[in-house]
Amino acid sequence: MSQKTTAGNRGKGAASDCYVEFELTSAGGIHLELNSKVKSLFGAKIESLCLQILHFFDISNTHISVEDNGALDHVIAARVEAAIKKQFKTDKQFLPDMLPQNQTGTARDKKRRSRLYLPGNTPKLALNAGVYGADGIILDLEDSVAPDKKFEAAILVRNTLRAIDFYGAERMVRINQGDKGLDDLDYIIPHFVNLILVPKCENGEQLQVISSKIKQIQKKHHMSHSVHLMPILESAKGVLKAFEIAAAEHVVALAIGLEDYTADLGVQRTEEGTESLFARCQLVNAATAAGIQAIDSVFSDVSDMALLAKVVAKSKTLGFTGMGCIHPRQIKVVHENYAPDKTEIETAKRIVNAFYLATEKGLGVVSLGSKMIDPPVVIRAQTTIDMAIDVGMLKQNWRDEYVG
Amino acid sequence: MSVNLVKNAVGRMVPIEINGKSAVPFQGVGAYKPTGRIHAPEISSCANYPEDGNKLVESLKAALIRAGLSDGMTISTHHHFRNGDVIAVEIFKIAQELGVKDLVWFPSAAFPCHEAIIEQLENGTIHHIEGSLNGPLGEFVSQGKMRGTGVLRSHGGRYQAIQDGDVEIDIAVIAAPTADSFGNANGIDGSSACGLLGFALADSEYADKVIVVTDNLVPFPCIPWQIQGNHVDFVVEVDQVGIPERIVSGTTKVTKSPDRLHIAELTAQFCEEAGLIKDGFSFQAGAGGTSLSIGNFFGEIMRRKGIKARFARGGSNKYLVEMLEEGLIEYILDGQTFDLDGIRSMRENPLHVNTSPFTSYNYHGKGNFAGLIDIVILGATEVDVNFNANVVTHSDGKLLHGIGGWQNCLFGKNVILPIPLFRNRIPVVCDEVTTICGPGELIDIIVTERGIAINPRRTDLMETMKGSNLPIKTIQELKEEAERICGIPVKPNFSDEIISAVNWVDGTVIDVVRKVKN
Repeated sequence: MSQKTTAGNRGKGAASDCYVEFELTSAGGIHLELNSKVKSLFGAKIESLCLQILHFFDISNTHISVEDNGALDHVIAARVEAAIKKQFKTDKQFLPDMLPQNQTGTARDKKRRSRLYLPGNTPKLALNAGVYGADGIILDLEDSVAPDKKFEAAILVRNTLRAIDFYGAERMVRINQGDKGLDDLDYIIPHFVNLILVPKCENGEQLQVISSKIKQIQKKHHMSHSVHLMPILESAKGVLKAFEIAAAEHVVALAIGLEDYTADLGVQRTEEGTESLFARCQLVNAATAAGIQAIDSVFSDVSDMALLAKVVAKSKTLGFTGMGCIHPRQIKVVHENYAPDKTEIETAKRIVNAFYLATEKGLGVVSLGSKMIDPPVVIRAQTTIDMAIDVGMLKQNWRDEYVG
Repeated sequence: MSVNLVKNAVGRMVPIEINGKSAVPFQGVGAYKPTGRIHAPEISSCANYPEDGNKLVESLKAALIRAGLSDGMTISTHHHFRNGDVIAVEIFKIAQELGVKDLVWFPSAAFPCHEAIIEQLENGTIHHIEGSLNGPLGEFVSQGKMRGTGVLRSHGGRYQAIQDGDVEIDIAVIAAPTADSFGNANGIDGSSACGLLGFALADSEYADKVIVVTDNLVPFPCIPWQIQGNHVDFVVEVDQVGIPERIVSGTTKVTKSPDRLHIAELTAQFCEEAGLIKDGFSFQAGAGGTSLSIGNFFGEIMRRKGIKARFARGGSNKYLVEMLEEGLIEYILDGQTFDLDGIRSMRENPLHVNTSPFTSYNYHGKGNFAGLIDIVILGATEVDVNFNANVVTHSDGKLLHGIGGWQNCLFGKNVILPIPLFRNRIPVVCDEVTTICGPGELIDIIVTERGIAINPRRTDLMETMKGSNLPIKTIQELKEEAERICGIPVKPNFSDEIISAVNWVDGTVIDVVRKVKN
């Protein structure tokens, strides 16, 4: 009999998860023991899924027990696969069906005001993550996953990318640092991840290595969808190389992680943020120079929405266009406070209206009064309009009532 | 045992006899109108009671003996202490000691604190329970271990059953935080204060014998007298009548769950966009964590719009009391207090008014208040594509909750069920509910985290919400989404054995709960 391997979580707080214990036996066939909160309603379905997976991995003699707390099929499958793969190496993967709506790419300049961090190994939080309206959802493989859970988390994140509908939010994964992060790519690139967050990025070369690994995986799987990168500056070195990083291939946004950055400087992170002002300004400047988005650090007090609103408003004045969220309740506050103000909206309306008028008249040049309007200005004005509509400050059909 | 079953107006097969008494199948909302006279207790004469008005007896046991406790009687108790009730368990211990058999327990609700009563159900002291069957008692009954058939009634339905004589209470035992020796009693004073005693009102008026038990005996008169001593036979003084701290149960705290907060916020946004939150409106929000946070969101909207609610219907709690004190609500019409702030407010604030199931729930009243409430927020374990809803059983067929005031509140003007689309991979929106507790024609709006469904009967709301940015979907779409995410569960495998009837507010049988085969 082999050593027992396990995967998943059990006990309080492990809702929508399951815990699998698996050992190989030399004879006696398959012994499957299922304990489930939903056994009377889904027991037969769960058992048949487990048997299907065992068969897929050519296992005919085993003791396997599954302690289920209402997990969905893609979670059960991830846990069983992880327990099996801790037993022996195989390249086979038991993949849940890919939702058709998850096979889409995202635009380079998509809105990225909010991105909701989810610990990659906690299936409960991913279930409803899409309903809160975040611009992006991050399945985190780095800091929120314990070292001994990294392996099973990668398999769960892979299945989550395939099976969970995030209702239009950009599907992001934060990979681990260094080589471990390169290994993570094998689990996520073939499954239509939209954007990779690269932690503790300190130079452009790191990103090149990641990009070439992505290219290599995509080639192998005959895929060509765009995978964006969002490096996170979390050290003094990283901040100094901000432009090199921002200008690297596939980078669409540059983020900052202030907890690690202030630790690197050996200073306290304060509410006023004077200690990180240089880094944040440097980041905004580098991002702007490279034509990408500047994204601010997360705000960690999930109970103080008033302070969050202030912090976001200040972040906006510095030139940031988005921020990480660690609780769904933060999303709305973040959107509202990055939203354009009334003057910005009025200016944007004049520009966009002028653009439509010019197009309707077949003119190639947009002008406002005696001023010529460049195309990038029109695009930025349109983004302002979109954001205003999104937070309810402007109607979708505003032009019907617009009188200039 | 062969049982005669007939199909009722919602298509469920129900018996025409329960516990040896004839039963009427549900005939449709408002269709059943019995005639005749209301059931009454025996005539009493004050000449039979002590001239000095002192009805004290030395113990609960003595009072029960003098009340004539004997085999087959119906004993009622009340749930003002919710999970802090100690008297019911005591009564049946005494009955067991006295060798009394086959009692019927008729509580206004049961809680996990009543688990000890399983002993008397097993040894024959109690024949069956007619009241909510949840927690350990629900589990016991679900296993088919209770000898008689349970009867689940709403708070209003309990009043109706007493008035119709469907249930004849032999002895009512009322746990009262304060009382005098004449039997006047209230729930607002004393170290065990629980707020009000509305659920015991019918029992005090209609039971043959009434015992008031208190741990705070005051000289006559006990003011206010929520229970009038003129209905009371005996008064007993004990060390502790209930544990008020245990009134607060898990379901009476505001939720921190982001999913539930999201549903609560969607509900409040819907009410605002639909024009339901206007000056002088009224609402009821129940005890669940989601309902409580909806009250908070209502408060935000009212402050922003500078409007007031004319009244809110309790269960009251800290949050509702704060709104009353802030002036956002002019009155709380309260049926029960869910926490100690509710108790304090009821004691101190004349705008916090004590009511009973008679005023807003009773089917045999000449009208009731429930129909005047603009917004009613309720929960459900399941809702089907016809908007029928279940509150008493889990999707696996096991008894889970009592009905409480749920059925009675369905008569509000806009009945909203904010519920998750699924719980623990079990779809909440489904093809057909396991047990029908409320017919879909009375349920107007379902709010889930993934979309809001308006009952197509509400063409007015459908029209108003056209073009809304809220995620309005059909109930069928919600059901399909739940099944896409969770898979389709198998139906529980029921035996023929009926373990409980579920009565409608008029006393007819709307559905039954059957034993689940293992």
